[in-house]
Amino acid sequence: MDPDSKLALDAFKNDEEPHISIRQEICKGCAQKYCLYICPGGLYSINEETGELLNEYTGCLECSSCRVSCPYGALEWNYPRGGFGVQYRYG
Amino acid sequence: MEKLDVVVVGGGLGGLASAYCLAKEGIQVLVLERGDHPGSKNVTGGRIYLRPLFRYLPDLWDEAPLERLVTKEVITMMGDDSSTTLQFTSKKFRESPPHSYTILRSRFDRWLGEQVMERGGFVVPQRRVTDLLKEDGRVVGVVSEGEEIPSDMVIIADGALSLMAEKGSLRGPLPPRHAAVGLKEVIRLSPEVIEERFGLKSGEGVAHLFFGSITQGAFGGGFLYTNRDTISLGLVVGIESYLKTQPSSEVHQLLEKFKEKEEVAHLIKGGELMEYSAHLIPEGGNRPLPKPYGDGIVAVGDAAGFALNMGITVRGMEFALASGCMAAQAVKRAKEKGDFSVSTLSYYESLLKESFVFKDHETFRDSLEVLENPRSVCFYPQLLCRVLEELFWIGEEPRGKVSSTVWKGIKEGFLNTAGLDDLWKFRRI
Repeated sequence: MDPDSKLALDAFKNDEEPHISIRQEICKGCAQKYCLYICPGGLYSINEETGELLNEYTGCLECSSCRVSCPYGALEWNYPRGGFGVQYRYG
Repeated sequence: MEKLDVVVVGGGLGGLASAYCLAKEGIQVLVLERGDHPGSKNVTGGRIYLRPLFRYLPDLWDEAPLERLVTKEVITMMGDDSSTTLQFTSKKFRESPPHSYTILRSRFDRWLGEQVMERGGFVVPQRRVTDLLKEDGRVVGVVSEGEEIPSDMVIIADGALSLMAEKGSLRGPLPPRHAAVGLKEVIRLSPEVIEERFGLKSGEGVAHLFFGSITQGAFGGGFLYTNRDTISLGLVVGIESYLKTQPSSEVHQLLEKFKEKEEVAHLIKGGELMEYSAHLIPEGGNRPLPKPYGDGIVAVGDAAGFALNMGITVRGMEFALASGCMAAQAVKRAKEKGDFSVSTLSYYESLLKESFVFKDHETFRDSLEVLENPRSVCFYPQLLCRVLEELFWIGEEPRGKVSSTVWKGIKEGFLNTAGLDDLWKFRRI
Protein backbone atom coordinates (compact mmCIF):
# COMPACT_ATOMS: atom_id res chain seq x y z
CA MET A 1 0.00 0.00 0.00
CA ASP A 2 1.44 3.39 -0.90
CA PRO A 3 1.70 6.02 1.82
CA ASP A 4 -0.82 8.33 0.14
CA SER A 5 -3.62 5.78 0.49
CA LYS A 6 -2.64 5.17 4.10
CA LEU A 7 -2.58 8.89 4.93
CA ALA A 8 -6.04 9.18 3.37
CA LEU A 9 -7.37 7.13 6.30
CA ASP A 10 -6.05 9.60 8.89
CA ALA A 11 -7.91 12.61 10.24
CA PHE A 12 -6.24 15.86 9.22
CA LYS A 13 -7.21 19.46 9.83
CA ASN A 14 -5.03 21.38 7.46
CA ASP A 15 -3.85 24.94 7.92
CA GLU A 16 -3.45 27.16 4.89
CA GLU A 17 0.01 28.07 6.06
CA PRO A 18 2.68 25.38 5.79
CA HIS A 19 4.37 24.50 9.08
CA ILE A 20 7.51 23.43 7.25
CA SER A 21 9.43 25.73 4.97
CA ILE A 22 12.39 24.72 2.87
CA ARG A 23 15.51 26.82 2.40
CA GLN A 24 16.01 25.88 -1.23
CA GLU A 25 19.40 27.58 -1.45
CA ILE A 26 20.76 25.08 1.10
CA CYS A 27 19.01 22.04 -0.42
CA LYS A 28 20.48 22.82 -3.84
CA GLY A 29 23.93 21.98 -2.51
CA CYS A 30 22.88 18.88 -0.54
CA ALA A 31 24.04 15.55 -1.92
CA GLN A 32 22.46 13.29 0.72
CA LYS A 33 18.80 14.40 0.60
CA TYR A 34 18.02 12.30 3.68
CA CYS A 35 14.53 13.79 3.84
CA LEU A 36 13.60 11.79 0.73
CA TYR A 37 14.26 8.53 2.58
CA ILE A 38 13.24 9.19 6.19
CA CYS A 39 9.73 10.64 5.83
CA PRO A 40 7.13 8.02 6.88
CA GLY A 41 4.61 9.71 4.62
CA GLY A 42 6.94 9.81 1.61
CA LEU A 43 6.09 13.49 1.37
CA TYR A 44 9.38 14.80 -0.02
CA SER A 45 10.20 14.77 -3.70
CA ILE A 46 12.29 16.64 -6.24
CA ASN A 47 10.73 18.76 -8.94
CA GLU A 48 12.34 17.32 -12.04
CA GLU A 49 12.20 20.56 -14.00
CA THR A 50 13.49 23.02 -11.42
CA GLY A 51 15.44 20.60 -9.19
CA GLU A 52 13.69 22.12 -6.17
CA LEU A 53 12.82 20.07 -3.10
CA LEU A 54 9.07 19.72 -2.64
CA ASN A 55 7.12 18.88 0.50
CA GLU A 56 3.43 18.04 0.76
CA TYR A 57 2.98 19.39 4.26
CA THR A 58 -0.73 18.56 4.38
CA GLY A 59 -0.03 14.84 4.92
CA CYS A 60 2.60 15.44 7.59
CA LEU A 61 2.41 13.08 10.60
CA GLU A 62 4.51 15.59 12.60
CA CYS A 63 7.20 13.08 13.55
CA SER A 64 9.94 15.63 12.68
CA SER A 65 12.31 12.96 11.35
CA CYS A 66 13.11 15.25 8.42
CA ARG A 67 14.17 18.06 10.75
CA VAL A 68 16.25 15.73 12.90
CA SER A 69 17.96 14.05 9.94
CA CYS A 70 18.79 17.19 7.92
CA PRO A 71 22.53 17.79 8.37
CA TYR A 72 22.30 21.44 7.22
CA GLY A 73 19.31 22.77 9.14
CA ALA A 74 17.60 23.51 5.84
CA LEU A 75 14.09 22.98 7.18
CA GLU A 76 12.24 25.63 9.13
CA TRP A 77 10.12 23.11 11.02
CA ASN A 78 7.39 24.03 13.48
CA TYR A 79 4.40 22.19 14.79
CA PRO A 80 1.17 23.22 13.06
CA ARG A 81 -0.86 25.85 14.88
CA GLY A 82 -3.03 24.63 17.74
CA GLY A 83 -5.96 22.53 16.50
CA PHE A 84 -4.39 21.90 13.08
CA GLY A 85 -2.52 18.98 11.56
CA VAL A 86 -3.00 15.27 12.12
CA GLN A 87 -5.48 14.23 14.85
CA TYR A 88 -4.92 10.64 15.87
CA ARG A 89 -8.01 8.64 16.83
CA TYR A 90 -6.04 5.62 18.03
CA GLY A 91 -2.46 6.77 18.51
CA MET B 1 -3.07 37.93 31.99
CA GLU B 2 -2.99 37.07 35.68
CA LYS B 3 0.04 35.07 36.77
CA LEU B 4 -0.58 31.34 37.17
CA ASP B 5 1.17 28.89 39.47
CA VAL B 6 2.14 26.32 36.84
CA VAL B 7 1.84 26.03 33.07
CA VAL B 8 2.42 22.60 31.50
CA VAL B 9 3.48 22.51 27.84
CA GLY B 10 1.93 19.39 26.30
CA GLY B 11 -0.90 17.08 27.31
CA GLY B 12 0.85 13.73 26.96
CA LEU B 13 1.60 11.35 29.80
CA GLY B 14 4.38 13.38 31.47
CA GLY B 15 2.47 16.64 31.33
CA LEU B 16 -0.84 15.18 32.43
CA ALA B 17 0.71 13.19 35.31
CA SER B 18 2.36 16.34 36.65
CA ALA B 19 -0.90 18.28 36.30
CA TYR B 20 -2.84 15.46 37.96
CA CYS B 21 -0.53 15.45 40.99
CA LEU B 22 -0.44 19.25 41.23
CA ALA B 23 -4.22 19.57 40.94
CA LYS B 24 -4.64 17.01 43.71
CA GLU B 25 -2.46 19.22 45.92
CA GLY B 26 -4.67 22.19 45.13
CA ILE B 27 -2.03 23.95 43.04
CA GLN B 28 -3.32 25.96 40.10
CA VAL B 29 -2.22 24.28 36.89
CA LEU B 30 -2.92 24.89 33.20
CA VAL B 31 -2.04 22.28 30.56
CA LEU B 32 -1.70 23.61 27.02
CA GLU B 33 -2.22 20.90 24.39
CA ARG B 34 -1.77 21.66 20.70
CA GLY B 35 -4.07 18.86 19.45
CA ASP B 36 -7.85 18.69 19.53
CA HIS B 37 -7.64 16.77 22.79
CA PRO B 38 -4.89 15.15 24.87
CA GLY B 39 -3.62 12.09 23.01
CA SER B 40 -4.49 13.35 19.55
CA LYS B 41 -0.80 13.89 18.75
CA ASN B 42 0.54 10.91 20.65
CA VAL B 43 1.64 7.52 19.42
CA THR B 44 2.95 4.49 21.25
CA GLY B 45 3.93 0.96 20.19
CA GLY B 46 2.67 0.11 22.72
CA ARG B 47 2.53 -1.42 26.05
CA ILE B 48 2.71 0.12 29.50
CA TYR B 49 4.25 -1.55 32.54
CA LEU B 50 2.13 -0.71 35.58
CA ARG B 51 4.05 -2.06 38.55
CA PRO B 52 6.67 0.71 38.73
CA LEU B 53 3.81 3.23 38.75
CA PHE B 54 1.66 2.19 41.70
CA ARG B 55 3.66 4.17 44.23
CA TYR B 56 3.35 7.34 42.14
CA LEU B 57 -0.21 6.97 40.87
CA PRO B 58 -1.88 4.41 43.15
CA ASP B 59 -5.51 5.21 42.47
CA LEU B 60 -5.53 5.70 38.72
CA TRP B 61 -5.74 2.23 37.22
CA ASP B 62 -9.09 0.62 38.03
CA GLU B 63 -11.00 2.77 35.57
CA ALA B 64 -8.19 3.45 33.08
CA PRO B 65 -9.05 2.66 29.44
CA LEU B 66 -6.29 0.14 28.80
CA GLU B 67 -6.48 -2.50 26.09
CA ARG B 68 -5.33 -6.05 26.97
CA LEU B 69 -3.38 -7.59 29.84
CA VAL B 70 -0.17 -8.91 28.26
CA THR B 71 0.27 -12.59 29.16
CA LYS B 72 2.35 -13.70 26.20
CA GLU B 73 5.75 -12.42 25.08
CA VAL B 74 6.99 -13.41 21.64
CA ILE B 75 10.29 -12.63 19.93
CA THR B 76 10.98 -13.48 16.32
CA MET B 77 14.46 -13.41 14.80
CA MET B 78 14.15 -12.92 11.07
CA GLY B 79 16.53 -14.24 8.45
CA ASP B 80 15.98 -13.29 4.82
CA ASP B 81 13.72 -16.28 4.14
CA SER B 82 13.59 -17.97 7.52
CA SER B 83 12.77 -17.12 11.11
CA THR B 84 13.13 -18.34 14.67
CA THR B 85 10.42 -17.58 17.23
CA LEU B 86 10.62 -17.74 20.99
CA GLN B 87 7.42 -17.57 23.00
CA PHE B 88 7.26 -17.01 26.71
CA THR B 89 4.32 -17.06 29.08
CA SER B 90 4.09 -17.19 32.84
CA LYS B 91 1.41 -17.37 35.50
CA LYS B 92 3.07 -14.32 37.01
CA PHE B 93 1.71 -12.20 34.15
CA ARG B 94 -1.80 -12.87 35.47
CA GLU B 95 -1.05 -12.03 39.08
CA SER B 96 -2.45 -8.94 40.71
CA PRO B 97 -1.51 -6.10 40.65
CA PRO B 98 -1.32 -6.25 36.85
CA HIS B 99 2.07 -6.34 35.15
CA SER B 100 1.56 -4.74 31.74
CA TYR B 101 -1.20 -3.71 29.36
CA THR B 102 -1.36 -2.80 25.70
CA ILE B 103 -2.53 0.78 25.24
CA LEU B 104 -3.74 3.26 22.61
CA ARG B 105 -2.78 6.79 23.46
CA SER B 106 -5.52 8.81 21.86
CA ARG B 107 -8.01 7.05 24.12
CA PHE B 108 -5.88 6.86 27.26
CA ASP B 109 -4.49 10.41 27.28
CA ARG B 110 -7.91 11.88 26.61
CA TRP B 111 -9.23 10.03 29.65
CA LEU B 112 -6.25 11.13 31.78
CA GLY B 113 -6.95 14.73 30.74
CA GLU B 114 -10.49 14.31 32.07
CA GLN B 115 -9.09 13.04 35.38
CA VAL B 116 -6.96 16.19 35.63
CA MET B 117 -10.01 18.37 35.01
CA GLU B 118 -12.06 16.48 37.60
CA ARG B 119 -9.40 17.28 40.17
CA GLY B 120 -9.45 20.97 39.39
CA GLY B 121 -6.68 21.29 36.80
CA PHE B 122 -7.27 23.01 33.47
CA VAL B 123 -6.53 21.25 30.21
CA VAL B 124 -6.93 23.55 27.23
CA PRO B 125 -6.69 21.94 23.77
CA GLN B 126 -5.78 23.54 20.44
CA ARG B 127 -3.12 25.69 22.09
CA ARG B 128 0.39 25.44 20.72
CA VAL B 129 3.23 26.92 22.76
CA THR B 130 5.79 28.67 20.60
CA ASP B 131 8.16 30.24 23.10
CA LEU B 132 9.15 30.67 26.73
CA LEU B 133 8.87 33.98 28.55
CA LYS B 134 12.13 34.86 30.24
CA GLU B 135 13.19 37.46 32.78
CA ASP B 136 16.83 37.82 33.84
CA GLY B 137 17.56 34.37 32.42
CA ARG B 138 14.79 32.62 34.30
CA VAL B 139 11.64 31.23 32.74
CA VAL B 140 8.51 33.10 33.83
CA GLY B 141 5.84 31.76 31.51
CA VAL B 142 5.06 30.79 27.93
CA VAL B 143 3.86 32.29 24.67
CA SER B 144 0.91 30.48 23.13
CA GLU B 145 -0.82 31.51 19.89
CA GLY B 146 0.65 34.99 20.29
CA GLU B 147 -0.55 35.38 23.88
CA GLU B 148 1.81 35.73 26.82
CA ILE B 149 0.91 33.51 29.77
CA PRO B 150 2.99 34.33 32.86
CA SER B 151 3.54 31.66 35.52
CA ASP B 152 5.81 30.82 38.45
CA MET B 153 6.76 27.52 36.86
CA VAL B 154 6.74 25.91 33.44
CA ILE B 155 6.75 22.13 33.04
CA ILE B 156 8.19 21.11 29.68
CA ALA B 157 6.32 18.06 28.42
CA ASP B 158 6.34 18.58 24.66
CA GLY B 159 7.71 15.19 23.71
CA ALA B 160 10.79 13.71 22.08
CA LEU B 161 11.57 16.63 19.78
CA SER B 162 11.02 19.12 22.63
CA LEU B 163 11.47 22.47 20.98
CA MET B 164 10.89 23.97 24.45
CA ALA B 165 13.82 22.08 26.00
CA GLU B 166 15.90 23.81 23.31
CA LYS B 167 14.35 27.23 24.05
CA GLY B 168 14.92 26.67 27.76
CA SER B 169 18.59 25.82 27.08
CA LEU B 170 18.24 22.40 28.68
CA ARG B 171 19.77 20.91 25.55
CA GLY B 172 20.64 21.69 21.93
CA PRO B 173 18.80 20.34 18.87
CA LEU B 174 18.19 16.60 19.02
CA PRO B 175 20.98 14.85 17.09
CA PRO B 176 19.93 12.05 14.67
CA ARG B 177 21.95 9.47 16.59
CA HIS B 178 19.68 10.04 19.55
CA ALA B 179 16.40 9.66 17.73
CA ALA B 180 14.49 6.83 16.12
CA VAL B 181 11.34 7.03 14.07
CA GLY B 182 8.42 4.72 14.76
CA LEU B 183 5.89 3.89 12.02
CA LYS B 184 2.67 2.21 12.99
CA GLU B 185 -0.56 0.88 11.59
CA VAL B 186 -3.68 0.23 13.62
CA ILE B 187 -5.53 -2.69 12.06
CA ARG B 188 -9.05 -3.69 13.07
CA LEU B 189 -9.94 -7.30 13.81
CA SER B 190 -12.74 -8.58 16.01
CA PRO B 191 -11.85 -9.54 19.60
CA GLU B 192 -12.85 -13.16 18.79
CA VAL B 193 -10.48 -13.35 15.82
CA ILE B 194 -7.67 -11.77 17.84
CA GLU B 195 -8.12 -14.24 20.70
CA GLU B 196 -8.35 -17.26 18.43
CA ARG B 197 -5.52 -16.25 16.14
CA PHE B 198 -3.06 -15.47 18.91
CA GLY B 199 -4.26 -18.16 21.33
CA LEU B 200 -5.39 -15.72 24.00
CA LYS B 201 -7.95 -15.80 26.77
CA SER B 202 -10.61 -13.11 26.77
CA GLY B 203 -9.08 -9.73 27.66
CA GLU B 204 -5.53 -11.00 27.42
CA GLY B 205 -2.95 -9.94 24.89
CA VAL B 206 0.39 -10.57 23.25
CA ALA B 207 3.49 -8.41 22.80
CA HIS B 208 5.53 -9.56 19.81
CA LEU B 209 8.89 -8.08 18.79
CA PHE B 210 10.80 -8.80 15.57
CA PHE B 211 14.51 -8.39 14.92
CA GLY B 212 16.80 -9.22 12.03
CA SER B 213 16.69 -8.65 8.32
CA ILE B 214 13.55 -6.45 8.41
CA THR B 215 15.44 -3.24 9.22
CA GLN B 216 17.95 -3.88 6.42
CA GLY B 217 21.01 -3.41 8.55
CA ALA B 218 19.76 -0.48 10.59
CA PHE B 219 19.22 -0.41 14.34
CA GLY B 220 15.59 -1.11 15.20
CA GLY B 221 12.94 -3.76 14.89
CA GLY B 222 9.30 -4.56 14.38
CA PHE B 223 6.47 -4.80 16.89
CA LEU B 224 2.96 -6.16 17.14
CA TYR B 225 0.64 -5.59 20.09
CA THR B 226 -2.92 -6.85 20.36
CA ASN B 227 -5.47 -4.31 21.54
CA ARG B 228 -9.13 -4.98 22.35
CA ASP B 229 -10.38 -4.92 18.76
CA THR B 230 -7.30 -3.77 16.87
CA ILE B 231 -3.69 -4.70 16.33
CA SER B 232 -0.84 -2.21 16.56
CA LEU B 233 1.78 -3.19 14.02
CA GLY B 234 4.88 -1.19 13.28
CA LEU B 235 8.56 -0.67 12.87
CA VAL B 236 11.14 1.40 14.74
CA VAL B 237 14.29 2.52 12.93
CA GLY B 238 17.22 4.50 14.33
CA ILE B 239 17.44 7.62 12.17
CA GLU B 240 21.20 7.98 11.92
CA SER B 241 21.68 4.23 11.74
CA TYR B 242 19.19 3.92 8.85
CA LEU B 243 20.66 6.81 6.89
CA LYS B 244 24.16 5.40 7.37
CA THR B 245 23.13 2.23 5.53
CA GLN B 246 22.70 4.47 2.45
CA PRO B 247 19.17 3.22 2.03
CA SER B 248 17.84 2.39 -1.40
CA SER B 249 14.26 2.60 -0.22
CA GLU B 250 12.15 5.06 1.73
CA VAL B 251 11.54 4.11 5.36
CA HIS B 252 7.82 3.46 4.83
CA GLN B 253 8.71 0.78 2.29
CA LEU B 254 10.43 -1.18 5.07
CA LEU B 255 7.10 -1.36 6.87
CA GLU B 256 5.36 -2.59 3.72
CA LYS B 257 7.97 -5.30 3.24
CA PHE B 258 7.66 -6.26 6.90
CA LYS B 259 3.89 -6.66 6.53
CA GLU B 260 4.36 -8.88 3.49
CA LYS B 261 6.61 -11.29 5.39
CA GLU B 262 4.89 -14.61 5.90
CA GLU B 263 5.55 -14.39 9.65
CA VAL B 264 3.45 -11.19 9.81
CA ALA B 265 0.97 -11.46 6.93
CA HIS B 266 -1.07 -14.27 8.47
CA LEU B 267 -1.35 -12.40 11.77
CA ILE B 268 -3.04 -9.38 10.19
CA LYS B 269 -4.97 -11.23 7.50
CA GLY B 270 -8.49 -9.93 6.95
CA GLY B 271 -7.83 -6.88 9.12
CA GLU B 272 -8.93 -3.39 8.13
CA LEU B 273 -6.37 -0.59 8.27
CA MET B 274 -7.80 2.16 10.48
CA GLU B 275 -4.91 4.56 11.00
CA TYR B 276 -1.33 5.18 9.94
CA SER B 277 0.89 7.08 12.36
CA ALA B 278 4.50 8.02 12.96
CA HIS B 279 6.37 9.48 15.89
CA LEU B 280 9.86 10.35 17.05
CA ILE B 281 11.40 8.26 19.84
CA PRO B 282 14.29 9.47 21.97
CA GLU B 283 17.14 6.98 21.84
CA GLY B 284 19.23 9.11 24.10
CA GLY B 285 22.06 6.65 23.99
CA ASN B 286 20.04 5.80 27.06
CA ARG B 287 21.44 8.94 28.56
CA PRO B 288 18.67 11.30 29.58
CA LEU B 289 19.27 15.02 30.07
CA PRO B 290 21.85 15.29 32.85
CA LYS B 291 19.99 18.21 34.36
CA PRO B 292 16.34 18.27 33.28
CA TYR B 293 15.54 21.54 35.04
CA GLY B 294 16.53 25.17 35.19
CA ASP B 295 15.32 28.40 36.83
CA GLY B 296 11.54 28.21 36.58
CA ILE B 297 11.41 25.06 34.41
CA VAL B 298 11.49 21.28 34.68
CA ALA B 299 11.34 18.79 31.80
CA VAL B 300 9.54 15.44 32.03
CA GLY B 301 9.05 12.28 29.96
CA ASP B 302 10.35 12.12 26.39
CA ALA B 303 11.21 15.83 26.54
CA ALA B 304 13.79 14.95 29.21
CA GLY B 305 15.00 11.95 27.17
CA PHE B 306 13.51 9.38 29.53
CA ALA B 307 13.13 6.39 27.21
CA LEU B 308 14.90 3.11 27.41
CA ASN B 309 15.54 0.54 24.76
CA MET B 310 16.63 -2.59 26.61
CA GLY B 311 16.53 -4.81 23.53
CA ILE B 312 13.64 -7.10 24.38
CA THR B 313 11.77 -4.48 26.37
CA VAL B 314 11.17 -0.92 25.20
CA ARG B 315 9.97 1.59 27.73
CA GLY B 316 8.99 5.23 27.90
CA MET B 317 5.48 5.71 29.21
CA GLU B 318 6.23 4.67 32.79
CA PHE B 319 9.13 7.09 32.86
CA ALA B 320 6.90 9.88 31.58
CA LEU B 321 4.19 9.29 34.17
CA ALA B 322 6.60 8.84 37.08
CA SER B 323 8.83 11.78 36.14
CA GLY B 324 5.68 13.93 35.83
CA CYS B 325 4.72 13.00 39.41
CA MET B 326 8.22 13.72 40.70
CA ALA B 327 8.30 17.07 38.89
CA ALA B 328 5.01 17.89 40.63
CA GLN B 329 6.54 17.09 44.02
CA ALA B 330 9.50 19.35 43.31
CA VAL B 331 7.23 22.14 42.09
CA LYS B 332 5.07 21.80 45.20
CA ARG B 333 8.13 22.21 47.40
CA ALA B 334 9.28 25.22 45.35
CA LYS B 335 5.87 26.81 45.76
CA GLU B 336 5.91 26.27 49.52
CA LYS B 337 9.29 27.98 49.66
CA GLY B 338 8.27 30.64 47.17
CA ASP B 339 11.54 29.91 45.37
CA PHE B 340 11.53 28.48 41.83
CA SER B 341 15.26 28.59 41.29
CA VAL B 342 17.55 25.80 40.16
CA SER B 343 18.69 25.14 43.72
CA THR B 344 15.16 24.40 44.99
CA LEU B 345 14.25 22.47 41.85
CA SER B 346 17.30 20.23 42.23
CA TYR B 347 14.97 18.29 44.52
CA TYR B 348 13.53 16.90 41.26
CA GLU B 349 16.94 15.43 40.45
CA SER B 350 17.21 13.88 43.93
CA LEU B 351 13.79 12.27 43.52
CA LEU B 352 14.69 10.97 40.06
CA LYS B 353 17.98 9.54 41.30
CA GLU B 354 16.23 7.57 44.04
CA SER B 355 13.67 6.22 41.58
CA PHE B 356 13.54 3.53 38.89
CA VAL B 357 13.67 6.31 36.30
CA PHE B 358 17.36 7.11 36.84
CA LYS B 359 18.33 3.71 38.20
CA ASP B 360 17.05 1.87 35.13
CA HIS B 361 18.71 4.37 32.82
CA GLU B 362 21.96 3.94 34.73
CA THR B 363 21.78 0.14 34.51
CA PHE B 364 21.23 0.20 30.75
CA ARG B 365 23.26 3.29 29.93
CA ASP B 366 25.48 1.60 27.38
CA SER B 367 22.88 -0.48 25.62
CA LEU B 368 22.56 1.83 22.61
CA GLU B 369 26.14 1.08 21.64
CA VAL B 370 25.31 -2.62 21.60
CA LEU B 371 21.89 -2.36 19.99
CA GLU B 372 22.89 0.03 17.24
CA ASN B 373 25.68 -2.32 16.25
CA PRO B 374 24.30 -3.74 12.99
CA ARG B 375 25.63 -7.18 13.98
CA SER B 376 23.31 -7.27 17.00
CA VAL B 377 20.08 -6.63 15.13
CA CYS B 378 20.92 -8.21 11.77
CA PHE B 379 23.88 -10.58 11.76
CA TYR B 380 23.10 -12.63 14.90
CA PRO B 381 19.38 -13.18 14.23
CA GLN B 382 20.25 -14.25 10.69
CA LEU B 383 23.09 -16.49 11.88
CA LEU B 384 20.73 -18.21 14.31
CA CYS B 385 18.28 -18.86 11.48
CA ARG B 386 21.06 -20.24 9.24
CA VAL B 387 22.27 -22.66 11.92
CA LEU B 388 18.73 -23.88 12.64
CA GLU B 389 18.03 -24.27 8.96
CA GLU B 390 21.03 -26.54 8.65
CA LEU B 391 19.97 -28.52 11.72
CA PHE B 392 16.41 -29.08 10.54
CA TRP B 393 17.19 -29.72 6.90
CA ILE B 394 17.51 -33.29 5.61
CA GLY B 395 18.71 -33.21 2.01
CA GLU B 396 20.00 -35.68 -0.53
CA GLU B 397 23.48 -35.76 0.97
CA PRO B 398 24.40 -37.44 4.29
CA ARG B 399 24.10 -35.09 7.26
CA GLY B 400 26.89 -33.73 9.42
CA LYS B 401 26.82 -34.13 13.19
CA VAL B 402 24.57 -31.74 15.11
CA SER B 403 27.49 -30.68 17.26
CA SER B 404 29.65 -29.79 14.29
CA THR B 405 26.86 -27.66 12.75
CA VAL B 406 26.44 -25.77 16.02
CA TRP B 407 30.20 -25.45 16.45
CA LYS B 408 30.50 -24.03 12.92
CA GLY B 409 27.87 -21.43 13.83
CA ILE B 410 29.63 -20.51 17.05
CA LYS B 411 32.93 -20.17 15.20
CA GLU B 412 31.37 -17.96 12.54
CA GLY B 413 29.52 -15.84 15.09
CA PHE B 414 31.83 -15.45 18.00
CA LEU B 415 35.33 -16.85 17.51
CA ASN B 416 36.71 -13.86 15.65
CA THR B 417 37.65 -10.34 16.61
CA ALA B 418 34.25 -8.80 15.87
CA GLY B 419 32.38 -11.60 17.65
CA LEU B 420 34.53 -11.51 20.76
CA ASP B 421 34.26 -7.73 20.87
CA ASP B 422 30.45 -8.03 20.67
CA LEU B 423 30.37 -10.67 23.43
CA TRP B 424 32.40 -8.35 25.63
CA LYS B 425 29.98 -5.51 24.96
CA PHE B 426 26.86 -7.65 25.51
CA ARG B 427 27.67 -7.57 29.22
CA ARG B 428 26.49 -3.98 29.23
CA ILE B 429 22.87 -4.72 28.37
